[in-house]
Amino acid sequence: MKTIIKSTLRFTAYIFLLTFSLNLLAQDPAAPAAAPAAAAPAAAAGGADDALAKAGEAVFNANCKQCHGFNEVVVGPALKDAHTRWNNDAKLKFFIKYPQKSINTEPYAKALYEKYKPSIMPNHDGLPDGDIDAVIAYIKTGGPAPAVSKTDTPINPVEGGGADSATTTYLLGALLVVLLLIVGVLAMLISVLTRMVSTKTDVTEDEKEYLFGKLRWNVLFGSPIFRSVATLVLVVVVIKFGFDQVYAVGIQQGYAPKQPIPFSHKLHAGQYEIDCNYCHTGVNKGKSAVIPSVNICLNCHNAIKTQSPNMQKLYNAVETNEPIQWVRVHNLPDLAYFNHAQHVKVGGIECTKCHGNVAEMEVIEQHSTLTMGWCINCHRETVVKAEGNAYYDKLLAMHNQSSKDPMKVANIGGLECSKCHY
Amino acid sequence: MADSKKTYWKGLEELTNELDFVKNAHTEFGPPPSDDVDSSNTPRRDFLKTLGFSVAAVSLAACEAPVRKAIPLLAKPEEYDPSIPNFYASSFIEGGDYASILVKTREGRPIKIEGNNVSSVTNGGSSARVQSAVLSLYDTQRFQGPKKGKTYADWKALDNDVISQLTSIAAAGGAIRIVSNTILSPSTKAVINDFIAKYPTAKHVAYDANTAHGILKANAATFGVRALPTLHFDKAKVVVTFGADFLGTWVNPIGYAKAWSKTRKLGKNNKEMSRLYAVESNMSLTGSNADYRTPMRASEEGLYVVALYNEVAKLVGGAELSAGKPSGNTKYIVKAAKDLVSAKGASIVVSGSNDANVQTVVNGINNMLGNYGKTIDLATPTLTRQGDDEAMAAFVNEVKNGSVQAVIFYNANPVYDYPKGGELKAALSKVSLTISTADRNDETTDLCKYVAPDTHFLEAWGDAEPVKGYYSIIQPSISKIFKSRQAQDSLLVWAGASKDYYTYLQDYWNANMYGMQSAYGSFREFWNYTLHDGIFEPANAKLRTFEEKTYKVDDTTSATATVGALTEAAKTVRSIVVTAAQPAFVATTLDTAASAVASTYKAGSGTDVIIYETVALGTGVQANNPWLQEMPDPVSRACWDNYITVPVAFAKANNIKMVEGKTVLLSVSVNGQTIKLPAMVQPGQANNTVGIAYGYGREITGLAGKVGGNAFPLASVANGFVNYNLSGAKVEVLNESYDVAHVQTHHTVMGRDIIQEAKLKDYQSNPAAGRSFPTIETAEGPKRTSEISIWDMHSRPNHSWGMMIDLNSCIGCGACVVACNAENNVPVVGKDEVFRRREMHWMRIDRYYSSQGKDEYDYEGHEQPEENPEVVYMPLMCQHCNNAPCETVCPVVATTHSTEGLNQMTYNRCIGTRYCANNCPYKVRRFNWFSYPQNPEFPMNYGTTSDLGRMVLNPDVTVRARGVMEKCSMCVQRIQDGKLNAKKENRRPIDGEINTACAQSCPTDAITFGDMNDPLSKIGTLVREEFDKRAYHVLEEINVRPSVGYLTKIRNQDEEPIHTA
Repeated sequence: MKTIIKSTLRFTAYIFLLTFSLNLLAQDPAAPAAAPAAAAPAAAAGGADDALAKAGEAVFNANCKQCHGFNEVVVGPALKDAHTRWNNDAKLKFFIKYPQKSINTEPYAKALYEKYKPSIMPNHDGLPDGDIDAVIAYIKTGGPAPAVSKTDTPINPVEGGGADSATTTYLLGALLVVLLLIVGVLAMLISVLTRMVSTKTDVTEDEKEYLFGKLRWNVLFGSPIFRSVATLVLVVVVIKFGFDQVYAVGIQQGYAPKQPIPFSHKLHAGQYEIDCNYCHTGVNKGKSAVIPSVNICLNCHNAIKTQSPNMQKLYNAVETNEPIQWVRVHNLPDLAYFNHAQHVKVGGIECTKCHGNVAEMEVIEQHSTLTMGWCINCHRETVVKAEGNAYYDKLLAMHNQSSKDPMKVANIGGLECSKCHY
Repeated sequence: MADSKKTYWKGLEELTNELDFVKNAHTEFGPPPSDDVDSSNTPRRDFLKTLGFSVAAVSLAACEAPVRKAIPLLAKPEEYDPSIPNFYASSFIEGGDYASILVKTREGRPIKIEGNNVSSVTNGGSSARVQSAVLSLYDTQRFQGPKKGKTYADWKALDNDVISQLTSIAAAGGAIRIVSNTILSPSTKAVINDFIAKYPTAKHVAYDANTAHGILKANAATFGVRALPTLHFDKAKVVVTFGADFLGTWVNPIGYAKAWSKTRKLGKNNKEMSRLYAVESNMSLTGSNADYRTPMRASEEGLYVVALYNEVAKLVGGAELSAGKPSGNTKYIVKAAKDLVSAKGASIVVSGSNDANVQTVVNGINNMLGNYGKTIDLATPTLTRQGDDEAMAAFVNEVKNGSVQAVIFYNANPVYDYPKGGELKAALSKVSLTISTADRNDETTDLCKYVAPDTHFLEAWGDAEPVKGYYSIIQPSISKIFKSRQAQDSLLVWAGASKDYYTYLQDYWNANMYGMQSAYGSFREFWNYTLHDGIFEPANAKLRTFEEKTYKVDDTTSATATVGALTEAAKTVRSIVVTAAQPAFVATTLDTAASAVASTYKAGSGTDVIIYETVALGTGVQANNPWLQEMPDPVSRACWDNYITVPVAFAKANNIKMVEGKTVLLSVSVNGQTIKLPAMVQPGQANNTVGIAYGYGREITGLAGKVGGNAFPLASVANGFVNYNLSGAKVEVLNESYDVAHVQTHHTVMGRDIIQEAKLKDYQSNPAAGRSFPTIETAEGPKRTSEISIWDMHSRPNHSWGMMIDLNSCIGCGACVVACNAENNVPVVGKDEVFRRREMHWMRIDRYYSSQGKDEYDYEGHEQPEENPEVVYMPLMCQHCNNAPCETVCPVVATTHSTEGLNQMTYNRCIGTRYCANNCPYKVRRFNWFSYPQNPEFPMNYGTTSDLGRMVLNPDVTVRARGVMEKCSMCVQRIQDGKLNAKKENRRPIDGEINTACAQSCPTDAITFGDMNDPLSKIGTLVREEFDKRAYHVLEEINVRPSVGYLTKIRNQDEEPIHTA
């Protein structure tokens, strides 16, 4: 029997160091491959350099963007022309790798430290040399064209939404005017025609009856057909309304409660493109995706926007040792078991599939209904990500023998009760 | 029927067909609920009106969902992830009882305890008390902080008071005593020595309620070693026990059960097993598992032991001892002697007696058989019982004389569990300073002037040495819940030491244990790995190998570190190493012992009273644990009470009929004390004896613990020795009726072929011996049920979960029942509800007695209850039938079948018709009559009704509401978790990785669980090898095709046993 034993103490340090060194070993072979490109004269223009800069952009977006912009100060300095300020690629490279060591040896590094403290740039010794060269090449291109600084003009979703709704109002107003005009024209036509007919004398009694007779409402309402149809419609409407109401009980789709700190996913996940996994660390590991603990917020916010009253709440939380009480948005009943790792890590489902376009949400809200029907539907439609996972090999082979359709979750017991209820 | 001469029965009423029993036999749930719902006096109609209103109100209320919070940690430790359990290795300590354990924690709170596989002492086994300790952690009765008198104080004030008083007492030469049970921790003993060094008038007195002082004395006399030998039952072919319940309660039951059960495994490659002889008065767990059991009067125990000595001496040519002959049957003494001599050096004789003379004779027998150094090891003694009865008796006298000025009760409760506790209670006021370190109130602590509450062992640091040279670590798995302080810290503070116990412990290990090994290069490394493993066994093979690895620090420097990996030896079962060199045996002690035995032991005129320890409650430390109280006693199958077990003959003579738990009260007077308890007719109880369990009758404890009567005061103290076997008692039948919550007869056998068993010699010639193969008549002639079916089989393409239970290994100890409680949030219902047949246990261990008729048609013979029946234990839970009768009758499809062979129960769909339970042939479905977690009528159930107790709930398992059915899910949460772990790593699950709580907790490995679709798995192999041999399905004739199979019970008998008491 294999039991996983975890111990609190840091006795795993040795194992950790080993894995770390293995990481380094694993990453080192990549360096020679990138080295020739880096050795190429930086000034020389050409396809190779463009490619290097393009690679650098990717590395920059993945590793640097959280703290550095090109034209504006985010946490650290704006990087435009950083290479000229350093005027020594080797020193710059060493600085990127070991900024804290650099402070002791490089006056410019010390100056940067004085200017931006208490923020300290972490070591990037995990990055292969080739990647750092690529980033430097990217810095030399001058970065993206200076757009209107996003942080300077505050984004106001309400205003944007207002513009949209104004257009709709105008359109609707115009439509109303047109409709009123049509009604007016029709009324005029009727009165003109009636007057024309009334002046005529050669009209038979039957035709008179037809032309001037009043509609007999009581006959209409008295007719059994009308009554049956009306009752039926009424019953259908009431039932439909009733069912809708009952089904909506407990469904919190669109639930967007006020949070103790108005955290904006639009800003963090949208504008800064921070990976969901960076904060929701449990999403690949277990049942809970995990609401980030304060120390994760402070990774960045010990430097960014430290004066904001909302950040003060973070600092207060740490000082008073009182955790932040976020309001839970997605509430499953206790009788349903849902596991993030099964869906994200094993199933390869995108976060947005259930949580909607979080990158656009100023206030996080419940995107899906989270009803059992919604779960079951997805299990019926979703194809199991079986390739490359030996767990599914036998199941897949058996399925492919008996069916030409791809293997859906429902085909391998995904609709069974005890998958979610126990 | 395979063995048509046998009748199986669960209770006497079933055998004799009492009217009340027959009436209720068909009603699974007992009498229907009366008009009261939730015991308020609401008539049914009013209830329905209220129901209508509440439905409307609830649906309205549900529109507005409550705001729920998600509160993350401030700073998340690296190794902690919400929803992912962490395991910490630690040790279970209760007095001298020990188990090496792994504690499962979720979100920082312990929720389950498992055995630790790498320990040689307990080998991954656990017991009911180990399993339930996690609930005791959350006992609402625990002290919130230190107390001065009856009021809470702060630690500083308490320390100041205690230190100043101790100092003045010591300065005046006043005696200070530290009273404890066995202390397994070497570092704690060092702390106590430090304390004594500071206060030289202090003395440490250790005693045990479940004392082994007689053995310690005998070994000191015959071998010069005051210690208990370590017994190697796995090496013994023949075992004889005189009243020592080594499978249930005696010395190291978990380790012994594990070792003994290894000799009881049969299979394709092993057709030999050990033989167990039991000579005892009560029907104990060990006796019920014996191949040959001889009922004896406790007052003649010494004579039986001498008789065995003389029989063995005759065969090996030694001198016989002179003592009288026992009045009872000695047929098996002669037979056992023959077996013992033919298995010289591979046998064990043990006795539970606390008489040093008897134990000396037992030593003599083992010495003649050459067992020392082979199956019995005194050079590596077991340390789980170190209590000194004589020292304790002296202490009580000192207190009575007024010559003790200060007492520190170190987690000991002698007022309750020492026979002279009453005298101690009266005299305790003469002591000027009394301190208790108990973590919850008890009879002794209540009388103390200061309470310095210790932490629960799950919150504490510590170490243990259960067997000499086999160390174990205790580490906290939760931060302290209350303002408690470790007792060792208290002693250190009072002794004026500057360092705390955690530092002290590490320093102690650095100074003493670190040097015993060479594998680890630094103490830090040694300490961290030992914490991880939970154990340190220098004598055993290395747990891990070390390799030096180089890693880069930065561009220019690199460093090396040693990295450990578990060795192959660590993954196999480890055991304690036997030392060949043993202390020399002093033969001269034998004659004096024999003459003492001859003068002491004779069949008395009155009744013998045997005060015994139960598997569930032990010495009563965890009495306030509802899981343990509700666990039915393995043998009597009663819970929430202790009682007087009386022999069948006594019941007949006094016209005591026990039907469905309804019985009468008896009064037993012995040793100047009288106790009034209900009678329990116990087949197997020796004639002229009665048994009473201790551990009950706690007066100062929580609601759950205050049941039964205290049997400790009945025991006598002679020459300092505590004697639990008393003679000359007067037993009176009182004219008062009493109801015992007795689950034994709740479900009936109806004469079906449920138990299938055979004798070893028959099994050796025919592996299918004892099996019945039911056939069904068809148009094409009789056919086996497996060949026909009106159903299409469910397909199981992926997994096919199944279980095989070896009836030969199961000893009935009940660890699985409590493990299931803990894993699956099974509610506790209390005595009244159990009496109404509403117990909620997902699994039960049925105990069957069997009666022997002369032949198939000997109806008279079959209907005579045996005085000394044979016993079979059968764990029964949902059988996960493939043709499940429950599934077809559910009107709302709340119970369905999965493609993995599981019978699923969906609580949120269930509407509570109970059709499924009515249609279940195994009677394993349980109905929630109440909302046990919320109902104030169940206050003793603090595990679910209090906020503190609810911390024990397994967050992966739904807490069931009122009105729904529930049953064994085969731990589907563990299955799902195991599958997910495999999927995350892109592989198939490994056999053994997924295990049910019951199988994991079993100390005898009787339950094998796994994927039957995996041909290499243990279960797959078992099914293949034992198909149509030992493996059978219960009620095969009804063709429900369960996923749970049983292996036949094989008894190592070569002749029919005697059935008289």
